[in-house]
Amino acid sequence: MKLVFERPKSLQLTKTHYCPGCGHGTIHRLVAEVMDELNIKEKTIGVAPVGCAVLAYNYFDCDMQQAAHGRAPAVATGIKRALPDRVVFTYQGDGDLAAIGTAEIIHAAARSENITVVFVNNAIYGMTGGQMAPTTLIGQRTETSPYGRDPKLAGYPIRVCEMLATLDGPSFLARVELTDVKNINRAKSYLKKAFEIQLAGKGFSLVEILSPCPTNWGMRPVDAVDWVRKEMVKVFPPGVFKEPKEGNV
Amino acid sequence: MEKILMKGNEALAEAAIRAGCQCFFGYPITPQSELPAYLAREMPKRGGVFLQAESEVAAINIVYGAAGAGARVMTSSSSPGISLKQEGISYLCGAELPCVIVNIMRGGPGLGDIQPAQSDYFQATRGGGHGDYRTIVLAPASVQELVDLVYDAFDLADMYRNPVLILGDGILGQMMEPVVFKERPARELPPKTWATTGKMGRQKPNVINSLYLDPVQLEEHNRKLQRKYQEIEEKEARWEILNGDDAEYFVVAYGICARIAHAAVEMARQEGIKVGLIRPITLWPYPKKAFEEVLSRAKAFLTVELSCGQMVEDVKLSVDGRAPVYFYGRTGGMVPTAEEIFREITKMRGHS
Ligand SMILES: Cc1ncc(C[n+]2csc(CCOP(=O)(O)OP(=O)(O)O)c2C)c(N)n1
Repeated sequence: MKLVFERPKSLQLTKTHYCPGCGHGTIHRLVAEVMDELNIKEKTIGVAPVGCAVLAYNYFDCDMQQAAHGRAPAVATGIKRALPDRVVFTYQGDGDLAAIGTAEIIHAAARSENITVVFVNNAIYGMTGGQMAPTTLIGQRTETSPYGRDPKLAGYPIRVCEMLATLDGPSFLARVELTDVKNINRAKSYLKKAFEIQLAGKGFSLVEILSPCPTNWGMRPVDAVDWVRKEMVKVFPPGVFKEPKEGNV
Repeated sequence: MEKILMKGNEALAEAAIRAGCQCFFGYPITPQSELPAYLAREMPKRGGVFLQAESEVAAINIVYGAAGAGARVMTSSSSPGISLKQEGISYLCGAELPCVIVNIMRGGPGLGDIQPAQSDYFQATRGGGHGDYRTIVLAPASVQELVDLVYDAFDLADMYRNPVLILGDGILGQMMEPVVFKERPARELPPKTWATTGKMGRQKPNVINSLYLDPVQLEEHNRKLQRKYQEIEEKEARWEILNGDDAEYFVVAYGICARIAHAAVEMARQEGIKVGLIRPITLWPYPKKAFEEVLSRAKAFLTVELSCGQMVEDVKLSVDGRAPVYFYGRTGGMVPTAEEIFREITKMRGHS
């Protein structure tokens, strides 16, 4: 019999704690498939965030460090500076990366730290039960914006890729929606490119993935995917914001 | 061996390189700025890593990453910056990562000033971060001792997988004294089999972590940490007693304050007052044994600090009500003269 589907070697044999319809599980798998294809898991160190993915160290089959909330890019910097020939990635949510860890991500990008950032934007704080995030859309209801996010009170969503693209440091910045097979495959190709850029020593790479959170959005999983496709992409347009010149990677 | 005249901050930096420090991460602040400047010059030449971070928060978390990857790593700052590092220190203790953290203390609270102080004693010995944790705290009193303790700091950190704090003050950091960098045989240290260096064929991934969602496991983790802290308390307390053999009165002081206090003790001796000096070298573990040695003959203790009275609480705990404990302190960067302390010694004798 021909084997057509199996667990990536870079994932541990265990079940995850993620909710039904959550994007984290899919994204873990994509990262793991890329690690398999590039044959790097034995020399990779991942950094888990504070957020729903805090237990990522139980899922990836590579060495892992768990970082304080928002500090993953700093922790990754320390690992990479100490061990420049290893592969280092962070895996972060939008609260982690774009609120409490804003300084750390901007400066890691500005320094062009040779690391890869997997940025999961679900427009909400998942782990703490659905509070407003820096990426929450205008009008979106959350536990802490119960009447809908009002820009007069709570300002506007932060577009991380666009913001980082103003810097000279980053090598690769891309955003993709986790909505259908085509886009999931695109997410994987971006992730692969991001790791390849690191392997080539070309500096900072980040892939932002717009990802559903049915539990905290109060939606059925299919509706949550629809909401990513219809609402989130309007505020967070997918695309490549920065990439090395052709032939460089 | 060659004697060199060096500023405290620079001597500390040189000692760190010689002690095998591979990485330094910091953020500028007075009065410790000569230390990162020295390392920025020297580390690239001598195969080390120097990086100026965007904040003390980032610096301590970069330290976490590098320590977790198995490197000998150091950061330095002064009081306000050390406040910002507390989150990271709590995580380093929880994840049991070795590193050296230097605090060249200045006056507080808040932005305070840039003059010498010892008002971060509580923060250093009680832990300014959250959770039941301890850091080893070394308090040198001269540039030579500063240099010698840097080697010990790195070794202790590795031996116990724990952050070690070097607590100095603005005077120690800024003053110049002759130092000798003694050649020291490398101590036998446990291999860092726990470090996240990539699996490289290892069966199971290594994980650096302080999260234990199961309360049973977290209590077990805390008990393990406490056993380690107890072992450190039993083995690593250090102190010095000067003019103590026949003393009936004792001045207790650490760091630069102990130098001035010693001059005051000498003055009192000239006057025939039988007074000695207890100088704690480790502030945690606190050298309680030093007090046990002298309590049978001690009539009173006088604690002198560049603070409003912090270490005096540990003196009281060590004396445990068996003799009166007095306090004299100057703050805000004001430093007592030997004469001032001498007057307090005579007052102590008058009281008891
Ligand atoms: C210093 C600190 N502040 C707050 C928290 C509580 N906290 C845990 S997870 C989280 C938000 C995570 O949200 P996000 O980064 O968007 O990730 P998600 O859970 O949605 O994947 C917060 C605020 C914490 N653990 N530490």
